[in-house]
Amino acid sequence: MKWCKAIIFSCALFASNAIAAGSGDVVLKQKDWSFNGPFGTLDKAAMQRGFQAYREICASCHSLNYIAFRNLSDLGYNDDEIKAFAAEYDVEDGPNDEGEMFIRPGIAADRFPSPYPNDAAARAGNNGAYPPDLSLITKARAKGPDYLYSLLTSYKDAPEDKDVPDGMYYNAAYPGYLIAMPQPIYGEDVTYADGAPTDVSAIASDLVYFLTWTAEPSLEKRKRTGVKVMIFLLIMVGMSYGAMKFIWADVKKA
Amino acid sequence: MSADKFSNPVVRWIDHRLPIFTFMDHELNEYPTPKNLNYFWNFGSLAGISLVIMIVTGIVLAMSYTPHVDYAFQSVERIMRDVNHGWLLRYIHMNGASFFFIVVFIHIFRGLYYGSYKAPRELLWILGVLILLLMMATAFMGYVLPWGQMSFWGATVITNLFSAIPLVGDSIVTLLWGGFSVDNPTLNRFFALHYLMPFLIVGVVILHLVALHRFGSNNPIGIDPSGPQDTVPFHPYYTIKDFFGLSIFLTLFAAAIFFFPNFMGHPDNYIPANPMQTPAHIVPEWYFLPFYAILRAVPDKLGGVVAMFGAIAVLFILPWLDRSPIRSGNFRPIFRIFFWVFVVDCIALGYLGGMPAEGIYVVLSRVATAWYFLHFLAILPLLSVIETPRPLPQSLSKSVLGGNAMAGVASAVKEKVR
Repeated sequence: MKWCKAIIFSCALFASNAIAAGSGDVVLKQKDWSFNGPFGTLDKAAMQRGFQAYREICASCHSLNYIAFRNLSDLGYNDDEIKAFAAEYDVEDGPNDEGEMFIRPGIAADRFPSPYPNDAAARAGNNGAYPPDLSLITKARAKGPDYLYSLLTSYKDAPEDKDVPDGMYYNAAYPGYLIAMPQPIYGEDVTYADGAPTDVSAIASDLVYFLTWTAEPSLEKRKRTGVKVMIFLLIMVGMSYGAMKFIWADVKKA
Repeated sequence: MSADKFSNPVVRWIDHRLPIFTFMDHELNEYPTPKNLNYFWNFGSLAGISLVIMIVTGIVLAMSYTPHVDYAFQSVERIMRDVNHGWLLRYIHMNGASFFFIVVFIHIFRGLYYGSYKAPRELLWILGVLILLLMMATAFMGYVLPWGQMSFWGATVITNLFSAIPLVGDSIVTLLWGGFSVDNPTLNRFFALHYLMPFLIVGVVILHLVALHRFGSNNPIGIDPSGPQDTVPFHPYYTIKDFFGLSIFLTLFAAAIFFFPNFMGHPDNYIPANPMQTPAHIVPEWYFLPFYAILRAVPDKLGGVVAMFGAIAVLFILPWLDRSPIRSGNFRPIFRIFFWVFVVDCIALGYLGGMPAEGIYVVLSRVATAWYFLHFLAILPLLSVIETPRPLPQSLSKSVLGGNAMAGVASAVKEKVR
């Protein structure tokens, strides 16, 4: 796949916008994610842990608008587990026959309810900073998975010469270094059922797996299909080359 | 005569009344094509196939897309998540635009090198430039439809360019927007036009093909075929060669779709459009970057717009700028050097268009822009006067076969040329 990539890269060598965008002079920590590369897969155990971490840490501020409870079957949950997750949430529905809106427990077809009723409320609850929806976050940032992992693990004490205003926090991975989100993970913030480690980088990594899936639930299917398509096409290249040489043979001799 | 060609009586009955089969036989089967075409001649058919891929995926995407500022972004995400194979359709369409431009750019540079714009193919060339213009408009409007941050701000920057036109500029911008800012009416009309324009392209492509088949393909030697010994029937020789080229193209295309589908896009376009928040750098899609660099190289707004459109306009009059009677760059030693300098210049413009407009990049953009126009307006006219071309071979067959009857087409061409 390297050569393929190299050719495409050189074809589009002025796609520097994709590379240059966003990260400024920040150096991101690069991890060898299981979903990297053409044979990449999503780690279900890590995604389940990441889902738990999202619910217990991130969900108090960040919405997940594009994910429905039914989508959780991708993570390996069965129907009953999914219904149980959904039922933990209150969802506004209606209007009913009397014209009233009413609250009911969530069902599998519902999307994750937002923590705030609207954007203004979200800002008001967070010092004027809007906590972005996390569904697409790993696609909406350059080198998203590495960026997110670095961001979650790079909260530090500000250097002496850096002035950190009230309500801002120093983060070595954030462009400009000042971020409005307080450090979300300190380690041991969650207790995993499978006994997996809960230090800052382990939780951050689990979240990256979960949010890479939310950004593109079809990722695994895409790569699996891709491998099959490539095999088909490479055979087609070989056969059409042979057919071409065969057909043109008489022209050369003519 | 033609009716006798077909053994199927139904085909004969139809063809006698509507000679569609004769037409197809003539244009796709026996159509005489120079036998020495190299792989650069594959890109015309690849462009046609790209157009078909874009139209087919586009129509299916439109079935699930909602052109409204409140729903456009969501509807694209629904396509990615809930529509069966929607992710595949959208990634094909999204990367298809880039691949269409890659193919068309190579097709254009092939025409530039081998002098395919020269008599009697001037109108063929002009129709091609028209297709490029329509493609650019279509691609620009298509990029607006997902209504992400780059969609919105790209639309804002590019539509604002028209305000530079004296007197009527502001009215034109209001008309484009359907209001006083980029908003729902803008998205609606862009969707309507994005759906319409590919079919205009199909129309111009048909004219392009009619003009092409009038005199047939140019070829790497650049002299006309002198008789049947210089040509082969299109089928099966070029159908199979085009099919082989298509296999390679699809392999690269599939690699992009399945393994790095977002590489040529911008991450900001996965953030829903927000008129209150400007992205740090607004950059167009990569295929517009050379033109974007030209736009920004000129310090005056109107001047920049004129230069940008001038960069395309100059292509329309190219057949009358390069007066050299020799078509192929292979026989023009000085032109050949300047051609490659021009290629580097275009790539440099593309690179500079993606860089922030500050410091050394501004200076380099100006130099590269000046060179772009210098190439067409000074170097090519001058070369046609002062350059001494190398002697041309007497016929295609001679150059194809050389002295050695067993030599392959490609190697024989190379021998003759180098």
